[in-house]
Amino acid sequence: MNRLNQLFAAKKDNLLSIYYTAGYPALNTTVNIAEALEKAGADFLEIGFPYSDPVADGPTIQHSSEQALENGMTLNKLFEELTELRKRVTIPILLMGYVNPIVQYGVERFCKKASELGVDGIIVPDLPMYEYEALYSAHFINNNLSNIFLVTPQTSPERIRKIDELSNSFIYLLSSSSITGGNLQLTHNIEDYYKRVKAMNLNNPAIIGFGIADNATFKKACEYANGAIVGSKFVKLLGEENYMEKIPAFVKGIRG
Amino acid sequence: MKYGVNEHGYYGDFGGAYIPEMLYPNVEELRQQYLTIINDEDFKAEFNDLLKNYVGRPSPLYHAKRYSEKYGANIFFKREDLNHTGSHKINNAIGQILLAKRLGKKRIIAETGAGQHGVATATVCALMGIECVVYMGEVDMARQAPNVSRMKMLGATVRPASSGSKTLKDATNEALRDWIANPVDTHYIIGSVVGPYPYPDMVARFQSIISEETKKQLVEHTGKALPEYVLACVGGGSNAMGMFYHFLDDEDVKLVAIEAAGKGVDSGHSAATTFLGHEGVLHGSRTILMQTPDGQVVEPYSVSAGLDYPGIGPQHAHLYKINRAQYVSITDDEALQAGLLCSQMEGIIPAIESSHALAYLEKMKFNPTDNVVICLSGRGDKDLDTYIKYFNY
Repeated sequence: MNRLNQLFAAKKDNLLSIYYTAGYPALNTTVNIAEALEKAGADFLEIGFPYSDPVADGPTIQHSSEQALENGMTLNKLFEELTELRKRVTIPILLMGYVNPIVQYGVERFCKKASELGVDGIIVPDLPMYEYEALYSAHFINNNLSNIFLVTPQTSPERIRKIDELSNSFIYLLSSSSITGGNLQLTHNIEDYYKRVKAMNLNNPAIIGFGIADNATFKKACEYANGAIVGSKFVKLLGEENYMEKIPAFVKGIRG
Repeated sequence: MKYGVNEHGYYGDFGGAYIPEMLYPNVEELRQQYLTIINDEDFKAEFNDLLKNYVGRPSPLYHAKRYSEKYGANIFFKREDLNHTGSHKINNAIGQILLAKRLGKKRIIAETGAGQHGVATATVCALMGIECVVYMGEVDMARQAPNVSRMKMLGATVRPASSGSKTLKDATNEALRDWIANPVDTHYIIGSVVGPYPYPDMVARFQSIISEETKKQLVEHTGKALPEYVLACVGGGSNAMGMFYHFLDDEDVKLVAIEAAGKGVDSGHSAATTFLGHEGVLHGSRTILMQTPDGQVVEPYSVSAGLDYPGIGPQHAHLYKINRAQYVSITDDEALQAGLLCSQMEGIIPAIESSHALAYLEKMKFNPTDNVVICLSGRGDKDLDTYIKYFNY
């Protein structure tokens, strides 16, 4: 049982995860930010490893990735930082990134290394279910890593069931079919979608992401799911001066 | 078909559909329906009628006599430059707009490098009365200005892509983002044999009209359907795949794909993907792409906006890996000189993309009886500015 599974076994609601990009705003900031987020009360973290062509990301996260690459962030560098990170941070850690850097590192080697360094799960938005099942799942399972699948309002119930079968930690519900950094608009359609998924009584807990930016959207998401993920809003904060000092208030502001 | 796609969308080790879940329904809808739709008799009738009466097909297979004398073989140009809108891109745009209509889509998006695919897409959208948004890198908008004006005149919105190298790969990223945000009513007309399955197969089928016609025309010219050599330039590789398609299983036909070496393969300013690239994933398929050891996509360079792409279609990657086709490259200088030669020897100003294919003739040795077909993928009007600056005309 990895840390994610332990967390979900112990805590069923109001889970808060924060996303940020490794290497942004500067190289060697990854560990300090993680430590500050844990202290501020985040339940688990998603650390993005940057990619030059991130098609699912909006302008804020895309900019952070470009900056991180300019700063010299690489997978090897991130893995160095994770060694230090696990000495100071105990909450579950997910890595999030696109498939090509993983393919270049070698999928088996990547999973083994991530697991050794205390990573609990991986989110790869452009790795679809068929490719995961056929080519990648054994490496994830052998290394006790959770693979997290995305679900959108357009994902069919059959496909959600299949995703639930293949998942062993949580399902990532996108608040809308869009790139990151949009505004969460709680239209009837979206509420119907949340209700529809909730009524499916899935085996895995669900976490809502994309468009969670304040206490109101966080609370709303927690009505329908076990928690929510904040990404672009936090990455914006990292672009400000004295961002480290602002982290506790930011997390408190989201939690309310 | 021996070199065709398998049921999961792979050509050997390449292909697949590496897309975020947000695009899954769109791509799955296409995958489930494209073969049924394009094999439907009504679809075929409408497609063939438009190709004949709107595009002006069949495009001639021209026996280039002065080229034949110069190079010591029978050189034929497949004249895709004579198509309406000036390149082979219209074949695929017509096919996809008819498909989009049958899927009930109300809005079209596209990416473009040289602007030829953008113009073709804007044209078919005007023809069908459908809204059209074309993404184009800022750098390409500047160097292909006449095509930007054409697209606007045809009623399309041209949106600049300002990230990364501001060229074709970034325009593709922007178009994919648009599609993610508009999953229900929008069809994305990809212009090359790239992207997630079924795009590489679908675009190759629409472009295969090029080799289908060539076979028939060769019989008329030479009494034989099979040439010794078939040449075409490769960016993403749609004209080359159309030109190769019906010759793939004829193993005696030597297929030559010409990439853009830019300022030289090792100059750091090149788009010669098979020389500089490695296997990886780009824009939804596993293929060969130019990248750092860390998997970051390297920005390509070519004087030719249509070849300025860091990858090739997955079927090309397969043909390269198994050695069914030969992949070579030509520099900016060689291509521009070849464009001038073609203008002055045959009275045809070719697109700089096509000039890359023409330039490779200089490096080949022929027997006098060899029949050689080169895909003249587009005309050079859009490139006049580049030619003029280079030759100081």
